[in-house]
Amino acid sequence: MAGAKNHDYHILPPDIWPLIAAISVVTSTSGLVLYMHDLPAHWPVFGIGIASLLATFYFWFSNVVKEAQEGHHTPVVQLHMRYGMILFIASEVMFFVGWFWAWFDFALFPSQLSDVIGGQFPPKAIEAVMDPFSLPLLNTLILLCSGTTVTWAHHCLINGDRDGLKKGLWLTVLLGMLFTSIQIYEYAHAPFAFGQNTYGSGFYMATGFHGFHVLVGTIFLIVCLRRAYLGHFTPRQHFGFEAAAWYWHFVDVVWLFLFVVVYVWGGWGAQYH
Amino acid sequence: MATTADTFQAHTEEHHHDADHKPAFFARWFMSTNHKDIGTLYIIFAIFAGIIGGAISGLMRWELAEPGLQVLGQVASWLNGGQADFDQMTHTWNVLITAHGLIMVFFVVMPATMGGFGNWFVPLMIGAPDMAFPRMNNVSFWLTVAGFCSLMISPFVPGGTAAGPGIGWTLYAPLSTSGSVGPAVDFAIFSVHIAGAASIMSAINFITTIFNMRAPGMTLHKMPLFAWSVLVTAFLLLLALPVLAAALTMLITDRNFGTTFFDPAGGGDPILYQHLFWFFGHPEVYIMILPGFGMISQIVATFSKKPVFGYLGMAYAMVAIGVVGFIVWAHHMYTVGLDVNTKMYFTAATMVIAVPTGIKIFSWIATMWGGSLEFKSPLVWALGFIFLFTVGGVTGVVLANGGIDDNLHDTYYVVAHFHYVLSLGAVFSLFAGFYYWFPKMSGRMHSELLAHLHFWGFFIGVNVIFFPQHFLGMNGMPRRYPDYALAYEFWNHVSSVGYVIMALSMLLFFANMIYAFTVGKKAPANYWGEGATTLEWSLSSPPPYHQFETLPVIEDHHSHHDAIGTTPSAAH
Repeated sequence: MAGAKNHDYHILPPDIWPLIAAISVVTSTSGLVLYMHDLPAHWPVFGIGIASLLATFYFWFSNVVKEAQEGHHTPVVQLHMRYGMILFIASEVMFFVGWFWAWFDFALFPSQLSDVIGGQFPPKAIEAVMDPFSLPLLNTLILLCSGTTVTWAHHCLINGDRDGLKKGLWLTVLLGMLFTSIQIYEYAHAPFAFGQNTYGSGFYMATGFHGFHVLVGTIFLIVCLRRAYLGHFTPRQHFGFEAAAWYWHFVDVVWLFLFVVVYVWGGWGAQYH
Repeated sequence: MATTADTFQAHTEEHHHDADHKPAFFARWFMSTNHKDIGTLYIIFAIFAGIIGGAISGLMRWELAEPGLQVLGQVASWLNGGQADFDQMTHTWNVLITAHGLIMVFFVVMPATMGGFGNWFVPLMIGAPDMAFPRMNNVSFWLTVAGFCSLMISPFVPGGTAAGPGIGWTLYAPLSTSGSVGPAVDFAIFSVHIAGAASIMSAINFITTIFNMRAPGMTLHKMPLFAWSVLVTAFLLLLALPVLAAALTMLITDRNFGTTFFDPAGGGDPILYQHLFWFFGHPEVYIMILPGFGMISQIVATFSKKPVFGYLGMAYAMVAIGVVGFIVWAHHMYTVGLDVNTKMYFTAATMVIAVPTGIKIFSWIATMWGGSLEFKSPLVWALGFIFLFTVGGVTGVVLANGGIDDNLHDTYYVVAHFHYVLSLGAVFSLFAGFYYWFPKMSGRMHSELLAHLHFWGFFIGVNVIFFPQHFLGMNGMPRRYPDYALAYEFWNHVSSVGYVIMALSMLLFFANMIYAFTVGKKAPANYWGEGATTLEWSLSSPPPYHQFETLPVIEDHHSHHDAIGTTPSAAH
């Protein structure tokens, strides 16, 4: 018969989602360009792009979950996914390297020429920064705490305690949402605006991209929680959960660097709000 | 050796009728999850993009053939829809150089080396049935096409002074931010963003495939050098591209949302952009050449009928080039006002790369030494590569000197240098690989005569284009201008004549493709004979739709330094 394969790799049938994904991406970015230049039809173009991109994620990952349930994810295929996830996180780390690079440049070599900077960091134009030991420290504790609850969930899963798994995941998701809510509150009450100078640019873009990653990580954990209710994970095979946990820890570590470098060191010497 | 290979082949033959269960046309080419079909798509796409990128360089050589403005007026009028004034014409020149650079780097060389040959031959060489993530493989391809579409929109919408992104392939701020306010630049930035995302996914795919899917017995130290080259390249892509993504995002927000990353008025630093860009951009030049190194190693060994000299040294030389390639980026920025100590460091670090590169050049020569050479078309192209890449490498050592580069920076000497390593290096390795593997991929033999004629036309053509540019640069002719002083007329004219020779030779390439697909003989499994020992030669030409349904086992009866000549056998 066709495909009488004598190996454990996963040979996939043709699939339409990659093509749709690519079309949605270029539609979204084109919509964004239209929006940024206030050109006609930007919302419909951007909306259709993002909607079909989200639909692609949903159906693509549904297919992966379905294949996992059908037993296509042999040990070697699971190993592929482990490698894939680690490498993806490595590339994400390098993405944040770019933002930290900018931050260190601005903080270590503040411009002497610009009036808004005045050769100091935080710049002259920044009247006050957030007190790092107020809400940011609370957020640090929340994320560290969520790192322990996701580990609790993992241990429950390994030991066959599905109830504990759900509790641990619920707590992690709620802590993630709490973090995001506090971050939104913080942005809304920040004593400095987005952009305009190096501090307002570096701060919001670095913490903003982190916040976006928290959001993605929370959605990833919510998917795992749903799958836990569907009874998908077994003590021996639950890579979907592990990937979410790895991603969550990565987001956590990025936050620790942000807390130390951006909030504490980056705001050192400035007036606290 | 022959016995085991034959057994293996017999095994694939018996499955051959099953293996031809190919999906219908749309499913096969638009929904593909097959590494060979995706590789073919990448190669066709790269040839298509190469025609556009090559046509743009034709316009540029036409413009530069004589002092004064020749063809720029017509191009500018066409893009801007109406009679173009002088500023619009010079802006259009910037659009041409931007498009040429971005197309050749992101949509020709990378899709051809990694996407095309990497996809086709990494799984075959390591004895794997496919790539680790077949769907992600396909999204990498289609995202590359999507990125290309975004780039193709940009010349036709407002940029700065006129239509199109006139910012150079490096997208330097502030020209790419406050200097060009139109949407064209945003389309170009997103184009690179999308192509970058595609490459990151493809890098993850290659690393996972090479680490996890090697056939039983194929240790990393027995893996063919082409697979090694793709592995190192994939790591460079994985770690360099996200930094570019951050820099591009900063460009977008500086342009549209009021951040000041590169705007000095808000304390930002245009030099920061250059650092971020070249932290990606320097590994990028190795991304473009390393797969070529891998292909040249396979080809030189095949036509010398002996294993490559110093196999392990060759593999780790590529690793060394990859690692050191990350810490030399500021040699692209010697004239921005770096202090002397920084320039000294980057000069020294850059020169260190000449050591592993020298290991590669000398090992290729040592491989040929005493070999029974057969001057088939791939070897001829490979020899062209070795010679021309060495010329480009030597001018690279010249430019590595911070003090010398103060004079040569942004002159035609630099243009000559990087075209010797890319247009004459990477592209020669592409044609070498193409003629080496074309019959394997298509099942049809090309004409050796046409391939040789193509080589000589192309070799003479590109040398006539680029060698005189060294003289122009030494005499101080700057890059990126559509016009020049009368003193530069002669060598510019020669250079443009070279373009015509090169373009005519490309007709022979396309003639050869027509020949192969119409009257070309059917290709046997191993049409290069005893020198071709890697696993792809144990399969039919073209290979079955799904190869290695029973994994080949690499036997360990060869001595260590015979690593490249691993012997496949059937595992029953």
